[in-house]
Amino acid sequence: MTTLPSAGLAAGSRRSTRLGRRSRAERWAPLLFLLPAVFTLATVSVYPVLDGMRLSLRNTMLSTQEDEFVGLSNYIRLTGDPQFWSAWQHTMLFTAASTLLETALGLAMALVLYETFKGRGWVRAAMLVPWAIPTVVTSKMFGWLFDGQHGVINWLLLQSGLIDNYINWYGDSRTALLTIIIADVWKTTPFMALLLLAGLQTVPHSLVEASRIDGAGPWQSFWSIRLPLLFTPLLIAGMFRALDAFRIFDLVYVLTGGGPADSTEVLSTLSYKVLFSGLDFGYGSALSAAMFITEALIALCFGLFIVRRMRRDNG
Amino acid sequence: MLSSWRLQLLMTRIALYIASTLIVVWSVAPFLWQLSTSFQEDRLLSSPTPNFLPWPGTLDHFRNIFVEKQFHLYIINSAIVAGLTTLFCLAIGGAAAFALARLRVYYHFGILGLILSVSMFPQIAIVAPLYLTASALGLMNTYTILVIIYLSLGLPLVIWVLFGYFQTIPREIDEAAIIDGAGPLRLMISVILPMSLPGFVTTGLLAFIMAWNEFMFALAFTSGVERQTIPVGIANFTNLYYVPWGDLAAASVVVTLPLVMLVLAFQRWIIQGLTQGAVKE
Repeated sequence: MTTLPSAGLAAGSRRSTRLGRRSRAERWAPLLFLLPAVFTLATVSVYPVLDGMRLSLRNTMLSTQEDEFVGLSNYIRLTGDPQFWSAWQHTMLFTAASTLLETALGLAMALVLYETFKGRGWVRAAMLVPWAIPTVVTSKMFGWLFDGQHGVINWLLLQSGLIDNYINWYGDSRTALLTIIIADVWKTTPFMALLLLAGLQTVPHSLVEASRIDGAGPWQSFWSIRLPLLFTPLLIAGMFRALDAFRIFDLVYVLTGGGPADSTEVLSTLSYKVLFSGLDFGYGSALSAAMFITEALIALCFGLFIVRRMRRDNG
Repeated sequence: MLSSWRLQLLMTRIALYIASTLIVVWSVAPFLWQLSTSFQEDRLLSSPTPNFLPWPGTLDHFRNIFVEKQFHLYIINSAIVAGLTTLFCLAIGGAAAFALARLRVYYHFGILGLILSVSMFPQIAIVAPLYLTASALGLMNTYTILVIIYLSLGLPLVIWVLFGYFQTIPREIDEAAIIDGAGPLRLMISVILPMSLPGFVTTGLLAFIMAWNEFMFALAFTSGVERQTIPVGIANFTNLYYVPWGDLAAASVVVTLPLVMLVLAFQRWIIQGLTQGAVKE
């Protein structure tokens, strides 16, 4: 970095050297500017992933100091581990349910905000509140809202006659995962709506107007004009949401800890427990590698779908 | 004919207002309930009917968290970690985004795509290897390790958003500066930086919020109140015999209120910054 300022500070009289220096600086400057970021990402994100793959082939135990190469035996153990498969299922179920709900509800909210009305700025501002709240706080907040004894949600549902008895929301293995999905939908939907709103605003207004003049109602113009144009942004937003939902950790770890009876155990919390309660770094790494592979497959599916869709739009 | 058209318009208006009221209630009500809870005595919180207004109010929960649970120590830790993360993210990410947007870099969209894909890694996959490395280097339970990790978590978003900002500045400005004899560093610091200050404020806020809210790495890499951050502190807030909902609410309000204020103050910029990438697609 030290050679760079001289290129800019060189005096005007030394014209030839300055030009020479600038072209050299021009060639190296982009690399030097990129280097710190690339170095950080390479050492703190990319290398650990590869190192994790290596660990997954060893039996590293922090408690017994074992550390040998064991080939694929961690992965073989994984395929026969019912805990892994049940966590895998919970994770997939959570990912699918929350992504679908958040995209659908987010689209509905975005359509409301697309219209101009007084106070729209306030509504948009309010929608950033759930996004800004730390997820750990969200967990505790929903723990209180959905508390089995004194939770205000139970009280409201009972008063309105929707339930006859208080439900032990996250203390009951039948409703615990649902409670976590609700909390996630609350936290993420408004943000999804803002992203989709930005997509909606790129749909030319003249198209909507033209369809209105042709006699199309708001419903019809939504299905035949806005939705098709919005489909690709919807898919992209859905992909990012799904990839993010798949690694859910904070909500589950703080609200239920994976319980009751492992009914909310997801891959991240299971890996964390194997790593830091079991101190089994080899097997834990195999678990996270399996997660990595599933996540890559999800991205690939979405990616293929998006590319095909874009080709069709352009051709 | 006209009147039915008007009626329809009126109905649409009413539906819009109902829908937007629902959106606001959805977004804000849980937090308001938390705010009200933080001022209520435990006796009221465990009554069969919830009290919606904190009357009679009490400051006991706030006293509890600061006096008994030393909550200010967590706040200091979080402020140091998130503050340093923000500074480094802006310096390092700003330089990278500048190079990608303004200098001649081959495959710059490919590099951007790679950087973005790094942010999609499941974070649990890097916890174990980083844990072993940090132990070997003696970095466990330090601010340093958290800042380093958060830097790599924040960089993709920071680079992506700043890249979008830099692209909106007309290229003629660069050319003028280069003719006047400015090198790349000079161009970045005295021309592009002042022009994209709003972008830096927004991006800094995003990095700060990310570091302030992160939980899993803080949980794995720190132990004890000397280094633990707020999320870990709140997650560990339990009592042997009952859940201290009032204290939890008070803690939530203390850590969330500044964030909510900041976000409301900068909401226009945040929405713009975050959605730029989405619009370009």
